[in-house]
Amino acid sequence: MWPHLVRRRLPSKAMVYLSPVLALVLSMLAGIILFLIMGVSPLGALHAFFIEPLSSVYGLAELGVKATPLVLIGVALALGFKAGVWNIGAEGQLTMGAICGGVVALYFYDREGFYIIPLMLGAGVFGGVAWAAIVAFLRVRFNANEILTSLMLSYVAGLLLNMLMHGPLKDPDGFNFPESRQFSDSALLPLLQEGTRLHIGAIIALAAVALGWLILSRTLLGYQIKVAGSAPAACEHAGFSHAKIIWTTLLLGGGMAGLAGTIEVAGPIGQLLPNISPGYGFTAIIVAYVGRLHPLGVLFAGLLLALTYLGGETAQIQLNLPVAVTGVFQGLLLFFLLASDVLILYRLQFGMAAPAVETS
Amino acid sequence: MKDNPPYLIELQGMTKAFPGVLANDAVDLKIKPGEIHALLGENGAGKSTLVKMIYGILKPDAGTILFNGQPVKIDTPADARDLGIAMVFQHFSLFDSLSVVENISLGISRAVDLKQLAGEITEISGRYGLPLDPHRHVYTLSVGERQRIEIIRCLLQDPRLLVMDEPTSVLTPQEVRKLFLTLNRLAGEGLAILYISHKLDEIKALCHQATILRLGKRVNTVSVDTESTSSLAMMMMGEEMEKIARGQAVATGEIRLKVDNLTMPAMDNTSISLTDIHLEVRAGEIVGIAGVAGNGQDELLKALNGEESCQLAASIIIENQHSGKLGPNARRRAGMASVPEKRLGHGAIPDMDLVDNAFMTGFQRMGLLAKGLINYSKTRTFAQKVIADFGVKTAGAKVPANSLSGGNLQKFIIGRELTQQPDILIVSQPTWGVDAGATQTIRQSLRKLADRGAAVLVISQDLDELMEMSDRIGAICGGRLSLFYPTAEMTVEKVGLLMAGVPLEKGGAHVASFS
Repeated sequence: MWPHLVRRRLPSKAMVYLSPVLALVLSMLAGIILFLIMGVSPLGALHAFFIEPLSSVYGLAELGVKATPLVLIGVALALGFKAGVWNIGAEGQLTMGAICGGVVALYFYDREGFYIIPLMLGAGVFGGVAWAAIVAFLRVRFNANEILTSLMLSYVAGLLLNMLMHGPLKDPDGFNFPESRQFSDSALLPLLQEGTRLHIGAIIALAAVALGWLILSRTLLGYQIKVAGSAPAACEHAGFSHAKIIWTTLLLGGGMAGLAGTIEVAGPIGQLLPNISPGYGFTAIIVAYVGRLHPLGVLFAGLLLALTYLGGETAQIQLNLPVAVTGVFQGLLLFFLLASDVLILYRLQFGMAAPAVETS
Repeated sequence: MKDNPPYLIELQGMTKAFPGVLANDAVDLKIKPGEIHALLGENGAGKSTLVKMIYGILKPDAGTILFNGQPVKIDTPADARDLGIAMVFQHFSLFDSLSVVENISLGISRAVDLKQLAGEITEISGRYGLPLDPHRHVYTLSVGERQRIEIIRCLLQDPRLLVMDEPTSVLTPQEVRKLFLTLNRLAGEGLAILYISHKLDEIKALCHQATILRLGKRVNTVSVDTESTSSLAMMMMGEEMEKIARGQAVATGEIRLKVDNLTMPAMDNTSISLTDIHLEVRAGEIVGIAGVAGNGQDELLKALNGEESCQLAASIIIENQHSGKLGPNARRRAGMASVPEKRLGHGAIPDMDLVDNAFMTGFQRMGLLAKGLINYSKTRTFAQKVIADFGVKTAGAKVPANSLSGGNLQKFIIGRELTQQPDILIVSQPTWGVDAGATQTIRQSLRKLADRGAAVLVISQDLDELMEMSDRIGAICGGRLSLFYPTAEMTVEKVGLLMAGVPLEKGGAHVASFS
């Protein structure tokens, strides 16, 4: 007999937090089946995915490196999603941030100075903000769906980067490879730990978590964001401008994505390349949801999703698995999360046909 | 053949429990053929629960239903229809873009010939005084006409029992009179009618028998002829209601709110445009605006409280200041507070707690914001004061708004606005769906606010409420306001004309008269 879904009288608080855990367990089970089909020992694969990357200092530092952009963007996206503003084009905003920050670095390539990094970060934020501003303008002025515009602009940004790499920003001494010059030392983020790639971007990401938490729980802006997403008519009644909230959350998301883009090129990469991000901007959407749109949750979710990137690399090297396994794993996680979230509003009932209204 | 049993339907010991509440506690009910039987009770007395069990929407925990003397099991609405039970719901299920006959054909499971169906509709509508053109599109019809579609849809099934859930809440007094003629004619032909209402005058005028429910229990079943409205009210409320003294002083205070030639186009094709609105509310008076739902009440409220901005700043004058272009919070600072009709989702945020909901409209005047940060301890104190002062029954201030009953949430919302001591209060449907006790609390607190010198504007579909509370009364119809008249000189029939957009011969005024 199939179980029925019965609506709960009140949403379950416990399921809000249990749902990501359930989703993780289900993704692992699905992963095991996947590995069996591919003829790989599931135990070995899970070890490569989840244990191996965490068993060395270097691995832990890499976890921080990968989590940094995910957390930075995830926090800002969480604020937007809470307000009902669906910016799914953080990847493009990240790319524009990387381009703007990178241009500053290349402009100062033969100079030294403490001012270069702040200028780069500022330019990165500006690039992301400008890209998101297009989305905000189209949404507020013409009511154009931000899901579509932000996504399409991501591809525009990617193509723009490609064009710059094959043209104006190509390294003149680079044997015609589509890559920029290496940034000068003054344009590289300081490392937190010698011998690893962990840089001060990780500190900035932690600060973003704290700031996001402060905004959401204590400020009028955070209150407006929550009301706008939860009850738009009540938002109007309270006198909050919906347009202002759309602008603010989109620009915030764009700015943080742009900052993350600059941090990537000024941190682990050290130059502009045609491919600067393995989809951090898209994965950050999963991060925001797995983190329950809460800044602290985003921190943990960012670390978890960073682990799937690292695990994917290890699995690729040790077990010859295709790189697509990472994407499959991330997709499974979001898929199971959305499915598990049904249990927040409904509960399963086994046995005979359910009564129309829950009576317990 | 056996003798016909005296009762068409007989309910015995119907019991239904919901989490935390016994909605129906061993309720008995008997209806004879041809009888119009009232089911009377306050909101939350268990009327809907009982009816839903009769119509097969809810399953009873205990109790038996005899139909024609035979015990029956009604598990689904289809079972109910097979027995000959038909129901007209409070909310219609009609497709606006389809014609009357198309809508009715959708409710019939067998294949139908539209032309023949249209003939049947015309025949029934002629026989029972329900004028209706089968080929009109629903969106062109008034609410009263839409209700006729639902009634005809029921009559086509040749029912033996017709259940009507609060059918008059959306009708003008004139439409109500026509409906009653129809129902009397149907009863005369032997149809049993179960008529659910809490409007005593209607029950006196229409029904033969009345069963009164209170708190899920059957209080009594009486013959309507032998009871007075007040004795029915006493059985319904369980206590004598105290009348609210109308404001003694004639309103001669200064004008606090003036609306001058306000015109506002409709936002979209489901909303109403406001035309030529003139209105004055003075300190110390309660002004009432009657009207059938969907005639621009919501739009008027939003124009007044600033949710929709006016084209001309001079259209709305608050305390002698041109305010038409001010937003809601600027108007709050100027002394205006408002309570929208829809509580969950407009007046309150359903899934946020009462502390957050107190902040929602209170943060300006209560000073709950310091340097961009929310002062939560002050907000909590404010929320707790509202809960205590207005007797809001809740497990605390940290529970979500949607866990409160309608009446308690309304007390909280009105308390939130009144605690801010506004000089002007605009409130829409202050006691809709609110139980009698809370209704009294709310009406008294509005009167007290006016007596303290505030200007109060009440927009309501409950005519009795306006006749009882307001000093002056007018009506809104199709986005236009009527003139206003001293309530003491008005009758329900006259207000009914205003609600239908018919001007009265005797001159009224936009403003208070100084006679």
